[in-house]
Amino acid sequence: MLTDELVDLSRLQFAVTALYHFLFVPLTLGLAFILVIMELTYVITDRPIYKDMTRFWGKLFGINFALGVTTGITMEFQFGTNWAYYSHYVGDIFGAPLAIEGLMAFFLESTFIGLFFFGWDKLNKWQHFMVTVLMAVGSNLSALWILIANGWMQNPVGAEFSYTTMRMEMTDFWKIVFNPDAQAKFVHTVSAGYVTASLFVLGISSYYLLKGRDLDFARRSFRIAAGFGFASALSVIVLGDESGYTVGEAQQTKMAAIEAMWHTEPAPAAFTLFALPNDTAQRNDYEIRIPYMLGLIGTRSLSQTLPGIAEIKEKNRERIERGIVAVGALERLRRDKNDWEARSLFDTHKADLGFGLLLKKYTANVAQATPEMIQQAVDSTIPRVAPLFWSFRIMVGLGFLFLVLFSLALFYSIKGNFIEKKWLLRWALWFIPMPWIAAELGWFVAEYGRQPWTIYGVLPTHLSVSNLSAANIYASLAGFIGFYTLLLVIEMYLMVKYARLGPSSLGSGKYHHEHAAGALPAGALSAKH
Amino acid sequence: MLDYETLKLVWWLLVGVLLVGFAIMDGHDMGVGTLLPFVGRNDLERRAVINTVAPHWDGNQVWFITAGGAIFAAWPLIYATAFSGFYWAMMAALWALFFRPVGFDYRSKIQNPTWRSTWDWGLFIGGAVPPIIFGVAFGNLLQGVPFQFNDTLQSTYSGSFWQLLNPFALLAGVVSLGMITFQGANYLMMRTEGDIQRRARTASLIFGALTLVSFAAAGWWVAHGIDGYVITSTVDPNALPDPLDKTVAREAGAWMHNYAHYPWAKWVPITAFIALAAGMILARVGRPGLAFIASSVACAGIIGTAGVSMFPFLMPSSLDPRSSLTVWDSVSSQLTLGVMLGATVIFMPLIIFYTSWAYKVMWGKVTTEYIRANDKSVY
Repeated sequence: MLTDELVDLSRLQFAVTALYHFLFVPLTLGLAFILVIMELTYVITDRPIYKDMTRFWGKLFGINFALGVTTGITMEFQFGTNWAYYSHYVGDIFGAPLAIEGLMAFFLESTFIGLFFFGWDKLNKWQHFMVTVLMAVGSNLSALWILIANGWMQNPVGAEFSYTTMRMEMTDFWKIVFNPDAQAKFVHTVSAGYVTASLFVLGISSYYLLKGRDLDFARRSFRIAAGFGFASALSVIVLGDESGYTVGEAQQTKMAAIEAMWHTEPAPAAFTLFALPNDTAQRNDYEIRIPYMLGLIGTRSLSQTLPGIAEIKEKNRERIERGIVAVGALERLRRDKNDWEARSLFDTHKADLGFGLLLKKYTANVAQATPEMIQQAVDSTIPRVAPLFWSFRIMVGLGFLFLVLFSLALFYSIKGNFIEKKWLLRWALWFIPMPWIAAELGWFVAEYGRQPWTIYGVLPTHLSVSNLSAANIYASLAGFIGFYTLLLVIEMYLMVKYARLGPSSLGSGKYHHEHAAGALPAGALSAKH
Repeated sequence: MLDYETLKLVWWLLVGVLLVGFAIMDGHDMGVGTLLPFVGRNDLERRAVINTVAPHWDGNQVWFITAGGAIFAAWPLIYATAFSGFYWAMMAALWALFFRPVGFDYRSKIQNPTWRSTWDWGLFIGGAVPPIIFGVAFGNLLQGVPFQFNDTLQSTYSGSFWQLLNPFALLAGVVSLGMITFQGANYLMMRTEGDIQRRARTASLIFGALTLVSFAAAGWWVAHGIDGYVITSTVDPNALPDPLDKTVAREAGAWMHNYAHYPWAKWVPITAFIALAAGMILARVGRPGLAFIASSVACAGIIGTAGVSMFPFLMPSSLDPRSSLTVWDSVSSQLTLGVMLGATVIFMPLIIFYTSWAYKVMWGKVTTEYIRANDKSVY
């Protein structure tokens, strides 16, 4: 019934819609705080140019935000439409942070964004500044609750399975909120958003500087972006996701795959800088390694070992075998809740129930699973290594390049001669898309790296989908791709148009294109020629 | 902590409150979207219409998103079963909603008549299609939906999209569209003047009457033409939720039982009728503020009527009645319901407070002169 085709298509649709949504989120997270910095400077110094900066970058913020909202609606409902069994099985835990996100964060952000755009003449400057702050806080709190939900998928703490309700149930709300995986993810993700927005402002300001127009406006924007970007690039690396990797088992599996570490090594493990991972032979065909590095990054210690793929698999085989017993006992309990023998058997094996469910992909009757099926299930517990290995390295490589770029931008901002450094300005301009690539790869590493699970160790991905026909998903996927492509084209068109126009789009009469277009009296224009 | 039964009832009420909040708040800007191409005859007029909701539509839309999130958290089985079963209806609603954020934000960023009128119709679709679909969904819930659970509570839905569009469900769609557009027309009257206001008043009378008539017809149909559902086994409201642990029968006129058992319940539909009539009279005599309050009450009355008629059912199954989902057996654990109630008690008053403040700041008539004077900064 749940064919592999259906499962793959459902995953593809989720990946497409999530990656697409995530094109707009990082810029929102970061640009909101850059607007706060610009407006704070305005309220303190009372210089109108900072108000213009807030309004202009706010315009670009709005163009981006509209699509963030559009694509966010899909995410809120897709769990129900396409992942029905997932929604039932873990909704007791997973639904709460999504609902609280709405109540606590999304209302805040969305109510104040209206006043941000339309309240300039209706509010005094401190009131308006507070509106901007609340909008930024709202958008970042929103990320917090989403990542609490996501962190629970990686490391499902504070919950327990109930055979009566046939689902996971919450046992400790605060454990879920303060899940170390969630906290690490939150800091890493919002920092990545700040880098994205900083580079966006830095790059577009560089464009004006290279074109030699609106220099004062561009210079001030560049400086703010350089400072904020430097701090963010530092934080995104130092507070990288890896800090959470030793906490949960899911992350250990992911780390072994990311690092192409086929076997456990004596501590501290070496870091594989470059390799050609070979998934079929389960080894690296070629590798360059830096001694001790990985142990230090991954465990922050010299003595703790990190498990390799082969060892993780052996452990998982035992868990699958115990899981078979758990599934069998559960089936008996579903037929008769007073089967005490089944109940005690279930209680001693339920920690491995999820591993038993992995076999559902190969057989409806888990008790009859053949050794080949068990082997398949064991192999499936490790995601494919090569895509993770490379995605992770490109992301980290880009992260270091951002740090270099922002360090130089900050250095020359302090020296005050960045306008002369054309190479730096060009680098910033052409690097604008890079944070998006890094962010999308980060999403891929986190989510693909969790396979074959939706909830690590609890619920396999192939059991999570809605029981629909594959034809339905082909059609809806085509619809999403069609709509989203059209919307992206429109968004990019407007974004480029307004970025080119620059502060002239405010209609204040003070900026470059307005002089050129004859916004000034005819005499002034002819005098220029 | 509250006992489980109380929490289950509280969440039935709270989901109702969120749906009513959605209808009142997002409803009025959807109604404005639906009316946009008809009450605004030129670009300036249309911009005036759009700018009555420009600062607020985004916050209002969160009522929809939060209602979705709350259903996920409080009634995970409803979220899972209804959203996957009504797959194409959900997709159509989602895709129609896509037109709103971009329509509002992008429309006036380019000075091209084709561009602008395309987005105007986009906003029309985003305003009219979702209420119709939500009404159709309610119409189907009242008739029962063809789904069933297996032993592990995996649901299978055996209907098709076209079956959703049966005559009763379409009538429910008309009730919903009428109610939301009535709400939008009354709002528009408050925030505009002159020609636009006059046209909004006409719309208010048309859609108020449409809602009144279709709501009465749907009520008659529910009483005489549609089988309701009753639980035939004993119910322990404090039990752990397991939808398969009960027996259910279809019964003609069962949706009227609650009105017989609890005479006060009749006041819910009666309130809806009174509010609809009052809203039309108030719109007619030029009291849009009061008319808006009346149509808001009507939203509560109409949504409440659907809830009260079906109680304790939320999503009856026509295929396998015992799989039906009720207030007692589609809910989350006691802890989750408690945590969610805590979050709602803390944040809902805050939301109402700052939303009111935002409206207060932006209050006033939106005129074509205002649009002309703020050409670059408004939608």
